[in-house]
Formats: sequence, C-alpha cells, structure tokens
Amino acid sequence: MKHSISTILFYLLMTNPVFANNIEMAYIMRSNGKIYVVVAVIAIIFIGLMAYLYRIDQRVKKLEK
Amino acid sequence: MQLKWWKILGIILVLYSIIAGLLMPVPKLNILNETIRNLYFHVTMWFSMIVLMFSSMKQSLQFLNGFDKIRDLKAETYASTGIFMGLLGLTTGMIWAQFTWGTFWVNDPKLNGTAVTLLIYLAYFILRNSIENEDSKARVSAIYNIIAFVMMIVFIGILPRMTDSLHPGNGGNPAFGNYDLDSNMRMVFYPAVIGWILIGSWIAQLRFRIKLLEINKENI
Repeated sequence: MKHSISTILFYLLMTNPVFANNIEMAYIMRSNGKIYVVVAVIAIIFIGLMAYLYRIDQRVKKLEK
Repeated sequence: MQLKWWKILGIILVLYSIIAGLLMPVPKLNILNETIRNLYFHVTMWFSMIVLMFSSMKQSLQFLNGFDKIRDLKAETYASTGIFMGLLGLTTGMIWAQFTWGTFWVNDPKLNGTAVTLLIYLAYFILRNSIENEDSKARVSAIYNIIAFVMMIVFIGILPRMTDSLHPGNGGNPAFGNYDLDSNMRMVFYPAVIGWILIGSWIAQLRFRIKLLEINKENI
C-alpha cells in the first residue's frame, strides 16, 4: 500500500508540466514550427531513392561483365 | 564497384537543394508565400527535361551521321527519361497552380505549350513502335526526334514569350534575375538545376544499359 502511493506520487510528479518543462529535449527538431522534421523526412526519402538507384547501377554493372 | 563522380555530385547537389531549399530565407511575396520554394523542385524538372531532350536530339543527329544503332538506342532512352521528368514537372506545376493561380490548369501559353510538347514526344514513341523494319524505324524516328526538339523550343521557349503569360519571364514579365530571384535563392537554385540534370542523366544511362543488356541477350 505504501509502495503504490509512492509510485502514484512519482508518476504525478513526472507528468506535472512544471517538472516536464525542466527536462532537456532536442530543441533543434522542435524549433521553427518543426520544419526540420519535414526536412529530415524528405532527405531520408531522397537518400533512400538514391541508394536504390545505386543498387540498380551496381546490378547492371555486374550483368554487363 | 565505385560510383562515377558525376553521379555522386548529382546526389550531393540535390540533397543540398532539399535541405537549403526548405530552410534558407526566401523573399516574402504576395500569394506565393512559402510556395516560392517550389522553384527549387518544380522548375528544375523542366531544366532536366530540356537537357535530356537536347541529348536525345544530339544522339539522333549523330545516328544520322553514320547509322550507329547504339546512337538510336541512346536517343530513345534520353527521350523517355525526358518525358518522365516533364510529367513530374507538369504534375508539380498543377499543384502549385491550384494554390496560387486558383485552378489546376489555366489557359497559359506555357502550360498548353508543354502539354503539346509532351504529346509530340509521346508521338515519337508511337512512331517508333509502329515501324516494323529496324533500319527505317531508326532513321524515321531520328528525323522526327530532331523536329520534335525544335518544336519543343518553339512551344516552351519562344511562343510563351510572345504572348501574355502567368509565368515569370514571359510576355513582358520580368524573368529570374529581377525581384523574384535574389542571391540567396540563386545559391540554391543553380546547384539544384545541375543536380537534377545529373540525376536525370543517370536514370537515362541506366535505362540505356538495361536496354543494351536485353538486346545482347536476344542476339545470343
């Protein structure tokens, strides 16, 4: 019983916005209206497509030999 | 197993244009707002298409000067990749038009000109597939390809400039280089153009190599 009360208190404190504000987060990804997240997504898609193109290139090279 | 330097350069330049294109400051313009950034992605498709079509025309010219079958094959793959880039440019332009000009399609000379251009190049492929004889197919389509390139220049390079158009640079509107492309935008736009030209050429080259493999397989 004693243990469960302390657990509830712990969770209440953790979810309290006053305490949450003190937690350091990666701010770069959250600033400027989170535009960096969009940039990261598009960049990953483009890198993925280029990696795929590279793989096709290598396969064609292998077939040519 | 190394990638050619120009392919790597293409990847780096386009990647740079994606990151810088979305994050760098752009001029604040009415109606356009943030969509001015589309310049780095929509306009580069057209540059890529025009260069690919030019390469295609060049290969056709070289084919007529010696009748080397490889040239004909190269001309075909360049043209098909060019059409692909053109379709991407057309669809992205339609989305941009919907949110700035109000409709997906306006009767702008440049829009109709590109539509005609794409139809001309689609006719090139229909022409190729309709001729049975391999030799005459290559010759007729090479000549048609040269005419098609000239028509493309007329339809998207000359005619829109002679009438009123919504596109910048046409009908007395100032082109890039005036108020709508400042030095910040240039630093992203030109690398993006080069990057997409290189990537378009890479895709065309891959198509050509696969085609060549198919032909060699048939001959064995």
